Amino acid sequence: MYLSSMRAADSARAGAVKHGLRRGRVPVTVVALGIVSFVTDASAEMITAVLPMYLIYGLGLGYLQLGALDSLYTGATALLRLAGGYAADRLNRPKAVAVAGYGVSALTRLGFPLAGGSLAGISTCVAIDRAGKGVRTAPRDAMITLATPTAELGRAFGVHRALDTAGALLGPLIAFGLLALLPGGYDAVFMVSFCLGAIGVLVLIFFVRQPGRAAARLPALRAGLRVALQPRVRSLVLAAGLLGLLTVGDMFLYVALQRQAGLPTSMLPLLPLGTAGTFMLAAIPLGRFADRFGRWRMFLAAHVLLAGAYLLVAGGIKGWVVAGAVLLLHGLFYAASDGVLMASAGPLVPEELRATGLAVVQTAQALARAVGALGFGIATAAAAARPVFGVFAVLLVAGVFLAARMRGRRS
Amino acid sequence: MSRIVTGVVLIVLFVAAGIGYVGWRASAADGPTAGPLDLARTGTLLYVDRTSTVRQVARDHPDQVIGSGPTCHRVYAAAGTLGCLRTTGVPMSAELDIYRNGGPSKTLPVWGDPSRVRVSRDGRLLGWTVFRAGDSYMRQGAFSTTAGIFDLRDGTQYGSLEDFAMVVDGKRYASPDVNFWGVTFLSGSTFYATMASKGRTWLMRGELSSRRLTSVRENVECPSVSPDQGRIVYKFRTGDRWRLHVLDLKTGADHPLAETAHIDDQAAWLDDQMIAYGKNDGSGPAIFTVPADGTGSPYRLLAGSSPAPV
Repeated sequence: MYLSSMRAADSARAGAVKHGLRRGRVPVTVVALGIVSFVTDASAEMITAVLPMYLIYGLGLGYLQLGALDSLYTGATALLRLAGGYAADRLNRPKAVAVAGYGVSALTRLGFPLAGGSLAGISTCVAIDRAGKGVRTAPRDAMITLATPTAELGRAFGVHRALDTAGALLGPLIAFGLLALLPGGYDAVFMVSFCLGAIGVLVLIFFVRQPGRAAARLPALRAGLRVALQPRVRSLVLAAGLLGLLTVGDMFLYVALQRQAGLPTSMLPLLPLGTAGTFMLAAIPLGRFADRFGRWRMFLAAHVLLAGAYLLVAGGIKGWVVAGAVLLLHGLFYAASDGVLMASAGPLVPEELRATGLAVVQTAQALARAVGALGFGIATAAAAARPVFGVFAVLLVAGVFLAARMRGRRS
Repeated sequence: MSRIVTGVVLIVLFVAAGIGYVGWRASAADGPTAGPLDLARTGTLLYVDRTSTVRQVARDHPDQVIGSGPTCHRVYAAAGTLGCLRTTGVPMSAELDIYRNGGPSKTLPVWGDPSRVRVSRDGRLLGWTVFRAGDSYMRQGAFSTTAGIFDLRDGTQYGSLEDFAMVVDGKRYASPDVNFWGVTFLSGSTFYATMASKGRTWLMRGELSSRRLTSVRENVECPSVSPDQGRIVYKFRTGDRWRLHVLDLKTGADHPLAETAHIDDQAAWLDDQMIAYGKNDGSGPAIFTVPADGTGSPYRLLAGSSPAPV
């Protein structure tokens, strides 16, 4: 599969014959970027999985400090994501910016053992890792859109997200397997994580060719901002932001599901695997389907699926069947929205500002989701979780209609 | 073409480096093994070394290894019963392994990450604490703790102390946000533990037979009862820092210990005069001792965690 798609990509790279690419083959750039994400996510999730244990048992630091560290995880990356996107366009070198982002994150894996018992050192490593992730995302997604014919963007992102999620599932397995083999062997976890991260960077450097694009002049910051204010892009950002506001945080969903469906509490850590597994398996078929069905419509339909999941939680029917259905819907939501939104946004942004435009869309969605999770948290503090899920389901469906009308008028 | 070859060669190098490192660590881990643990040998100390192995050393000569035992994250022993709290291969799940007279006796699954374990003086009761992240609508990164007691004689698991009746300042107390940690045993089926709710903490005195917990005093965390049963060493919280204090249960007199650093551990009494606890020494977890009467200064005993006197 690898070699045959390699040949296909050679023609894709030529740019002029981009649309002559035969259907049925995913550009090698996309497959290679998917492999980069696969090993990088495995590497990153290894660290996420063992970090609490490392702090408590490996270093003898208490768990009071865990909370302080965790708050670094959220937020903070929003500005860097915009900066990464803009730098990729400004320098006209999305690959170089992505290499910097992946490289910096990989190097932090060596920083953890070097930081020793210093919480400040470990916090710095986590922060730098997150910064690298923020910087690389938009240039990478921009490269996927530039390497793929517009008609097949949904499938291309599906391939990328499927590999990405597979890596995220594999990482904790490797980490816990290593700790079972070598009790207390956190150094081995960091070392293997570093090797995987480095392999990701090498695949990016040696097997991803930067797709060509029509970049005549260096875009100024103002031009980048103007892209975000273009009617077509603006309405998409607003619509994605609106739906993001009405999205409940994932962890809230899992906790509510475990309680309402009456599952044993020990199942809680395993619930995200149901979502991730569905996401991984459905990303490619739904991406392909989105190319025919309409990617924006698919993105909207995804939120109807999510509203269905919320309604099931609000219904409060006990049992495994309901839990399975909620996780299935939740996974399908991701498969039908995550890469699909990028596939939808890509063609709206001029090529020379592609990374900036995608960064704006991603940042708006991420910030809106953070606010949405906050709103849900406040709502559940005042009322029981079940009715709040019901309200969010209704609001989400209303949001889908509103988003459809907003975009309908613009395009 | 040479570009592809270079890439492949470099990738193979990193694959080999990762596998090589793990292989080297696995072979290095098979170091010299000591004999089995001897829980009848007094004047010794059990602890968890930095590779999560239980070791037994002479108290006065910590470099003299007497025996080594199972893989654990927290260990405690009394009257021939050894309690071992450890993680399993599944995230956020732990098990309490109980050993009697040198052999495995019982394994209990507990959901959460290992935090504390204690065995009653007669070896009959085991108190455990685990902590859990993300099991409620709390903000990301917040965690809660759960504690329980297992009765080895009749096999009763006092599931979680949250199911007990709680009395605070003479009144029945109920709140969904209660957390428990740090069980420590008096004689019989009486025990102490810390309860937290709405930002406050209490030292609770519990009774297994009546399943009742009664508040004794505020701001006393992770208690540990002395061998003479007259005092407890605990963590006194000021802001975001904990300092070890000793409280006299009869007189109510309270004094800080000479260790001034932030300590997050359930300290253990080596005897009626000496306290042992875990603290990061810059390179990793280490066990320190300090006199119980507030005099002297902290002394680093050895690298490791979870000290338990035998």
